[in-house]
Amino acid sequence: MKYDVVIIGGGPAGLAAAVSARDNGVESILILERDKELGGILNQCIHNGFGLHTFKEELTGPEYAARYITEVQNRNIEYKLHTMVIEINKDKVITAMNQEEGLFQIEAKAIILAMGCRERSRGALNIPGYRPAGIFSAGTAQRLVNMEGYLPGREVVILGSGDIGLIMARRMTFEGAKVKVVAELMPYSGGLKRNIVQCLDDFGIPLKLSHTVVNIKGKERLESITLAQVDENLKPIPGTEEEYTCDTLLLSVGLIPENELSENMGIEISRVTSGPIVNESLETNIEGVFACGNVLHVHDLVDFVSGEAATAGKNAAMYVQGKHIDKSENTISLQGENGVRYTVPVNIDPKRMEDSQIIRFRVGQVYTDSFLSVYFDDERISNKKKRVMAPGEMEEVVITKAQLMDRPNLKRITIKIEEA
Amino acid sequence: MVDVIIIGAGVSGSACARELSRYNVNVCVLEKGEDVCYATSKANSGIAHAGYDAKVGSLMAKLNVEGNKMMPELSKELDIPFIQNGSFVVCNNQEDLDTLKTLYDKGVANGVDVEIITDRNRIVEMEPNIADNVVAVLYAPATGVVCPFTLNIAMAENAAMNGVDFKFNTEVVGFEKTDNGWKVLTNNGEFETKYIVNAAGVYADVLHNMVSENKIHITARRGDYCLLDKGTGKHVNRTIFALPSKFGKGILVTPTAHGNLLLGPTAVDIEDKEATATTSEGLNELIAKAGLNVKDIPLRKVITSFAGLRAHEDNHEFIIKEVEDAKGFIDCAGIESPGLTSSPAIGKMVAGILKEKLGLEPNPNFNGKREGIIASNELDFNSRQELIKNKPAYGNIVCRCEMISEGEILDAIHRPLGAKSLDGVKRRTRAGMGRCQSGFCSPRTIDLINKECKIAMDEITKSGGKSQIIVGTNKDSL
Repeated sequence: MKYDVVIIGGGPAGLAAAVSARDNGVESILILERDKELGGILNQCIHNGFGLHTFKEELTGPEYAARYITEVQNRNIEYKLHTMVIEINKDKVITAMNQEEGLFQIEAKAIILAMGCRERSRGALNIPGYRPAGIFSAGTAQRLVNMEGYLPGREVVILGSGDIGLIMARRMTFEGAKVKVVAELMPYSGGLKRNIVQCLDDFGIPLKLSHTVVNIKGKERLESITLAQVDENLKPIPGTEEEYTCDTLLLSVGLIPENELSENMGIEISRVTSGPIVNESLETNIEGVFACGNVLHVHDLVDFVSGEAATAGKNAAMYVQGKHIDKSENTISLQGENGVRYTVPVNIDPKRMEDSQIIRFRVGQVYTDSFLSVYFDDERISNKKKRVMAPGEMEEVVITKAQLMDRPNLKRITIKIEEA
Repeated sequence: MVDVIIIGAGVSGSACARELSRYNVNVCVLEKGEDVCYATSKANSGIAHAGYDAKVGSLMAKLNVEGNKMMPELSKELDIPFIQNGSFVVCNNQEDLDTLKTLYDKGVANGVDVEIITDRNRIVEMEPNIADNVVAVLYAPATGVVCPFTLNIAMAENAAMNGVDFKFNTEVVGFEKTDNGWKVLTNNGEFETKYIVNAAGVYADVLHNMVSENKIHITARRGDYCLLDKGTGKHVNRTIFALPSKFGKGILVTPTAHGNLLLGPTAVDIEDKEATATTSEGLNELIAKAGLNVKDIPLRKVITSFAGLRAHEDNHEFIIKEVEDAKGFIDCAGIESPGLTSSPAIGKMVAGILKEKLGLEPNPNFNGKREGIIASNELDFNSRQELIKNKPAYGNIVCRCEMISEGEILDAIHRPLGAKSLDGVKRRTRAGMGRCQSGFCSPRTIDLINKECKIAMDEITKSGGKSQIIVGTNKDSL
């Protein structure tokens, strides 16, 4: 099998990348999806709030997915469901399998990585205690409830105030469970402000910041958990323990881009984002391999995933059609400093870039009334006051081609947070 | 009335069952858990110890060395993962060299191939990530890593194939002496037998003390472990032990038979024989101590932590013999490390005792070969393609971290002593054992258990008892 562009993953990133690749002139496109339907994790996100940026209306996850699935189907873009990619080599040969075709290989001219992310598990946190039934990642519980109609528990504690945890606090309440408390290790929530209001405050569910689970009891099914307050080094403070009886602990303690396939093919991974290191075209260190969506860096809003994926799709199209402008001798590197944890992309080729380039990043803690500065080498070119910046909300700055064309010797762009 | 009742389907009980199934004898195994490999045998280091550590002249030393020698052949016969990777016991300062020498002498006396290496260059060449202050190591090439779950499961399966009966969820609560043997009282009825094998792990003392005036005492010695993601096993080539202390072999750093890196165990004596809860002190301690002997351990790749209990007998010796004041009651007690290694030899020894007593004849139909569950992800391209063509279920990946297909899970459910729970599937196939810790596959796996075992969704458990995963349906309480 041979295709010009093969997209790994049929979630929101993969779908938008496929549509964009086709609209930019690629005929031969294949999407590989491991689940039984296109749409990815959106299919279990039955709450609304999707699409405000893209469609200027509030959609549920499945509705948002359906819009893109329709676009893919209208363009007769090929896809395979129930298909697991097991390996990609650096020559862009993909080994995949499904029940009907068995094990097979596909040669691709360009590959778009759109595998999404997975949830961090209890194990990764080393939470001490027993290992009974009743401990679920929030996403697993979401699947059981929203797609299968099963209730994973009746008395619930949630650790982590990531968006899925917040959404699940509300969902479990709707389905008849009692959500006793949401505990968050950090002194701020990792989720969107709107979710704290709509999912916790509206239902009187307490959010305990700077708290974590220090013990888990129950030899068969979960019986109780103990919360404790943590100090500034995130260590539990003795004497602050509080035991909560519950049969369920949901964990919403972070998402990790799922890059095992990428790493095995030799793609360089950022230690901060756990996603590939990419340039302005969202191209990885392997030419013709692009990345977008949550496999690149974890997003808050699917609208931004779709936008990013469209860029990856367009660039993959340019690449296979030989329309990509030759690389410049000098690329400009980007870096975050003083609380800016990373940037996507990590470098920019001024010749190849679009008229304007969005640079996305996250900050390391909550900043109020601080200034977000952009430096071109040592020269500060912008200094914008931000009322609040928080780790739970992705930030962006825009750089224009005109700005860079004016500075042929520019080596480095730095984004940092400053007091004034 | 059976000839032999074995109490406990852990690695010792299962080894005894398999060895006995070589003879024409009626054997029944009573297990209080819902599956084999349910307690002590499921949470340990998975090491086939070479045998330099056990007390010279002890039964422990004898069975350890014997078990270690049996492992390569046995692992082929039972089709289970075993890698003879060798081990280092490390010595971080000159003062401890005498202790290392003592260990060497013990090794020689126990008949184990051991060597002290003091050439730092050679040590580093063999183990590039060894700690900078390591001055000498005791090298034992015979040490290996084995999958502790499948060793136990395979021996039990093979015993079942050869006619041994297993009864699960059957907890022994008492014994009555009868004219020609024993009546075993359980929560699941009474069983009559000529002989009893007490392979009850941390409870072996409780059972022993029900029938004998010569009391024994077993302490549950808890050990916490951390397991790192697949691939991290390459961080060391061999199993790296600390110098032994009075609490056992100390914290080790080892690759597992599946390429994970395992750190542990701590050693804390506890009263509660079910207290397998990890503690933050324990986890912190083992992480700190592991780092003393191996540098740059990729701790951000930790995927889970767990605790196991060793059945520590006061004299730190295996007790494998007929109880003097309780004829027909055979102890298989105090089986702590190196119990896993010794298990094949323990089984042989117990079967030997019973052969003598019962005058057993060989079972002409015995087949010691057990075919494992196909690890489809480890097959070459063509074999895997062929497999999926013949059995399409192997083309559907259920556990994406460990790349376990539906075919493997169906096999785990339908083979002898098949899995009935999420953990049962996990220990047989590794589905759910990977980096996402069953977040992705558990809903899919319980779906398969529901369909294949005809168990209602809200009755499917993580590991038997009251460990149900789902409690009801949406809005059922509203």
